[in-house]
Amino acid sequence: MKEKKSLLRNDGFQTLLSSLACILGGLIVGYIVLLIIEPKGAFEAIVAVMKSFLRYPGKLKMKYFGQCLVRTAPLLMCSLSVLFAYKVGMFNIGAAGQYCAGACAALYGALAWNLPWYACIVLAIAAGALLGAIAGALKTACNVNVVISGIMLNWITLYLTNLILGQVKSPSSPYTKSLQGTNPGALIPSLGLGKLFNNEKSVTIAIPLALLMAVVVWVVLNKTKFGYELKATGNNYNAARYCGMKENRNVILTMVIAGGLAAMGAAMLYLTGIEDWETTISSVPGMGFNGIAVAFLGGLSPLGSILSAFFIQYITAGGGNVDLQVYCSQISSLISSLIIYLCAFVAFFKFFLQDSIRKRDEKKLAQSQKGGEG
Amino acid sequence: MLLLLQYTLIFASVLMLVALGGCFAERSGVINIGLEGIMVIGALGGALVLKYMPASAGAPVVVISTILVSALFGLLFSLLLAVAAIRFRADQTITGTAMNMLATAAATVAVKAINTAASGGNDVSSDISYTQTKDLLLVRLGNFEFNWFMLVAFVLLVVSYVLLYKTRFGLRLRACGEHPQAADSVGINVHKMRYAGVLISGLLGGLGGIVYITAGVSLWKFENGVAGFGFLALAVMIFGAWHPLKIALASLLFGFLRALGNVYSGFDFLLAMNIPSVVYNMLPYIISLVVLAFTSKKSRAPKAEGIPYDKGSR
Amino acid sequence: MSNSEYAIEMVNITKRFPGIIANDNVTLQLRRGEIHALLGENGAGKSTLMSVLFGLYQAEEGFIRKDGEVVTINNPNDANALGIGMVHQHFKLVECFSVLDNIILGVEDTKNGFLQRDKAREKVMALSQKYGLQVNPDALVEDISVGMQQRTEILKMLYRDNEILIFDEPTAVLTPQEIEELLQIMRNLAAEGKSILFITHKLNEITAVADRCSVLRKGKYIGTVDVKDCTKADLSRMMVGRDVEFAVQKQESHPGDVILEVKNLTVASKLSKKHAVDDVSFTVRAGEIVCIAGIDGNGQTELVYGISGLESPVSGSISLHGKDITHAPIRKRSTMGMSHIPEDRHKHGLVLDYTLEDNLVLQRYFEPEFTKGGFLRRKNIRTYAERLIDAYDVRSSQGPVTVARSMSGGNQQKAIIAREIDKDPQLLIAVQPTRGLDVGAIEFVHKQIVAQRDAGKAVLLVSLELDEVMTVSDRILVMYEGRIVGQLDPKKTTVEELGLYMAGARKEG
Repeated sequence: MKEKKSLLRNDGFQTLLSSLACILGGLIVGYIVLLIIEPKGAFEAIVAVMKSFLRYPGKLKMKYFGQCLVRTAPLLMCSLSVLFAYKVGMFNIGAAGQYCAGACAALYGALAWNLPWYACIVLAIAAGALLGAIAGALKTACNVNVVISGIMLNWITLYLTNLILGQVKSPSSPYTKSLQGTNPGALIPSLGLGKLFNNEKSVTIAIPLALLMAVVVWVVLNKTKFGYELKATGNNYNAARYCGMKENRNVILTMVIAGGLAAMGAAMLYLTGIEDWETTISSVPGMGFNGIAVAFLGGLSPLGSILSAFFIQYITAGGGNVDLQVYCSQISSLISSLIIYLCAFVAFFKFFLQDSIRKRDEKKLAQSQKGGEG
Repeated sequence: MLLLLQYTLIFASVLMLVALGGCFAERSGVINIGLEGIMVIGALGGALVLKYMPASAGAPVVVISTILVSALFGLLFSLLLAVAAIRFRADQTITGTAMNMLATAAATVAVKAINTAASGGNDVSSDISYTQTKDLLLVRLGNFEFNWFMLVAFVLLVVSYVLLYKTRFGLRLRACGEHPQAADSVGINVHKMRYAGVLISGLLGGLGGIVYITAGVSLWKFENGVAGFGFLALAVMIFGAWHPLKIALASLLFGFLRALGNVYSGFDFLLAMNIPSVVYNMLPYIISLVVLAFTSKKSRAPKAEGIPYDKGSR
Repeated sequence: MSNSEYAIEMVNITKRFPGIIANDNVTLQLRRGEIHALLGENGAGKSTLMSVLFGLYQAEEGFIRKDGEVVTINNPNDANALGIGMVHQHFKLVECFSVLDNIILGVEDTKNGFLQRDKAREKVMALSQKYGLQVNPDALVEDISVGMQQRTEILKMLYRDNEILIFDEPTAVLTPQEIEELLQIMRNLAAEGKSILFITHKLNEITAVADRCSVLRKGKYIGTVDVKDCTKADLSRMMVGRDVEFAVQKQESHPGDVILEVKNLTVASKLSKKHAVDDVSFTVRAGEIVCIAGIDGNGQTELVYGISGLESPVSGSISLHGKDITHAPIRKRSTMGMSHIPEDRHKHGLVLDYTLEDNLVLQRYFEPEFTKGGFLRRKNIRTYAERLIDAYDVRSSQGPVTVARSMSGGNQQKAIIAREIDKDPQLLIAVQPTRGLDVGAIEFVHKQIVAQRDAGKAVLLVSLELDEVMTVSDRILVMYEGRIVGQLDPKKTTVEELGLYMAGARKEG
């Protein structure tokens, strides 16, 4: 009993509990939607979503597991971008656009300039950082809300990306030319990692690199002087100024880093050759927005994000498993957007939990005091 | 030229309706980033009416029921924001962002389910077409296509202005967005007023959604949402300083910019400049960013917007 | 009319919050047509009691009687219906609304759904005439003076025909003339039959205007007295619970070298086109406490912003120990030996979501002792924090890892003082260092400041409290409308003389 109580008081455990509640809520509503569409196969469908790649046999399972990881890496990077900015007091909805910019720079560098993969990654980071810097500078110099400027920049970047990558698209389709055929040197090396996943070529060192970045972000935020300054700026801009921190520089730098992280994520996806950019898309890719979901689901912790990024990607991959004659694969986007929606309640949920713990304590205290008096 | 005017007016109507919606929510103290999603859901409601209602029902019936249903859809969807932000004091930005994703996902799932069921699995698209009924929304005045929604938008503009500045409701609503503690201390139910503000924004946003998807085309692919128009409306609202009449002017400007993208090919000198069409698509966003850069220093945003009202912390 | 002597009575009220009893069996009886003062220190439970009366909190025990009948008040609406109105310490006015709109908000007259502003304007003007409450009904609240804002608040109560008027610390924000006007208005209101509850901790005002006075201390009811039978010393003894040593123990000062020199400093104002600080020059020497006195809003805040670097000056120069720092960055000033206890501890002084230990190193985290190779040296930070917590008696629930937000105001202030003094500064700037603290904490702060002076530091104190100005400082500079209008010696001047300078009624050439 005592142990259970102390576990309930643990902030990390409360976060985990709330995240699990969000996931459960999302799945239940998703199931209800499936039931409404067609009750007969609904249960199998939701199971198919939840089983994701696990439903495939042996070797194929490893292949899809690998692909799932390939897509987890950029998602993790986007969530790191969101949570890094959030810790410094900004809501980086612009991660979606920074991701676009990263894809644009990486692919253009690879296809137009024949750059090697590492140069493409650097180029992508620079592009995202530039976009972040614009949002940060607009905030510090002109007081433009980062959310609003982020949204505008998302659209501008999307159209710009389509325009630029239109120069390197394959003549026969709306997609960019394949890296494999044009510049294999731009493919991120696998270093044998692919062998572990049934020779899935898209499995590269991008995956461990993303994990490494999560650890780096965690260390920077929690262990360094720089992180101390950034969080102080985010928590209390005026106090940061009062004690002589360069508060405006910190805001811009944060957005630069956040932009770089999201853009690096894009490079980590598009430089594996798993996917080409469609130059006619008319909405901003969801990766950046999903990053928001992942960041909050992971309790705004870089390490929590690793788990939640994998989970969201796992569910998304599972969406393709439903019987497409009856249901559609967007059911998993529905579930993940429900999960973000529910994440908005996490603060309240934790507050409620802490409040009830406190009330119980007070009751006990009052009782023990009464007992003492009597 | 007439075509440019026509598109300007119809896009301005959309932006104005949605921006007015945002204005009501923010004036009551709730930031509504979810307008984009509300538009999608409203559009879905209206499109379903247009799809299933026979053209023989006559223009008045079709127009009125389309308006009512899309407004209702928007209103119901905005409850998601209202309940989260007001009752549960949730972060309004996260909630709004989630609603935008949810709306597109939900609309896609719904339309695909409908199409799949209707076609026995042959049609799995997320399209709704409303070619015949759409004509009922229009009145041709020579070469100019007058759209009933333009009138509706204009009427709602006047109503919004009067409601906000000349009535008890408006006075109280604005007080809740500026200084909820003050409103509470004189016996105004802040939560109730904020619910009203958000639900009105849902109503107007939903209406804006159907106007948008019927503006030029007669088939809509719901996978694409409303392509950032809800966000553009937010910029219009900020540019319009949260004031209905200024919002109307801002909508005309942005409506014009957006219309250029549709009809620039009709102008020889624009064609001669050989600007890629995406530039026209980007233009409204670039201009709004520039405008925001110049106007945000002295923001007239409602002071308490985005801050959940907690009765305990008076 | 009932035959009860009292307009409102709060009988045996007890209100508990987690961990404390805010009101412990308190009784307060307000006679019809009297001005009744409610006296107590910060945290004595005055605000809680008024919140119970106004329906913001519900008492666990006790009851409220209006005209002899027991009533229940569950929310401000109930209070309004019973004719109870309140001028809150922080005005509850919507800044971008007109005065008129603020007055009618919540009780608007409408016709066919439209506001009837003209009718309301007539009623407001009539009330304004009757009670001598001058306002411009069509001006926006953000454009009018604090005094007019307060008159707007009073009109709000009168517009609702309230009979019982609560004034919560109404004079804190006013100039002496405005205070005099307000007290006169209160007398007028009482003469018209309104019953007034006047919450304050300023004894002068009680003796000037109140008929009776009830005293609270640490949540307990101490007693009610007729003001005309009491001296100020009696009242203060009731409030604090012991004889208060108003004088601060200190030796003669021995000023040394000039540490801070401010020359012709001019700082812009955020609020108006007039400069907030206008051509100000003075020096502070080692081993003396120079106090900037004045009524709030006469440029003291901006003067300190200018000196500390939070605001860059329009013109003039500042030097610290002979070195020019007019345009030096804030960090440079800090490392050169300037410490700053800020006016607003929540806005500037603390990162509220940081732990106590992280707040204690806020000015020093970058020193090699606390940072090595870009990484924080957590162990050293902990040791350092524990030493300060011990030395300055900073109390908190979990020691160094307590989140600053959860600490009491007094202990937050102690933490800031510990941080700023332990830096071993040459110059200590302390802005209203005792604001919101109880008497014990105030004595502690004063002792620390005097100790710094005695250790040969230069101290620049900014204070709004006349008592503090008179007892702590070695030299007084009075600021009025952005200028220094007088230099006084606290040993030779009187509170009255100081007041004249503060009100701008007297000036030195």
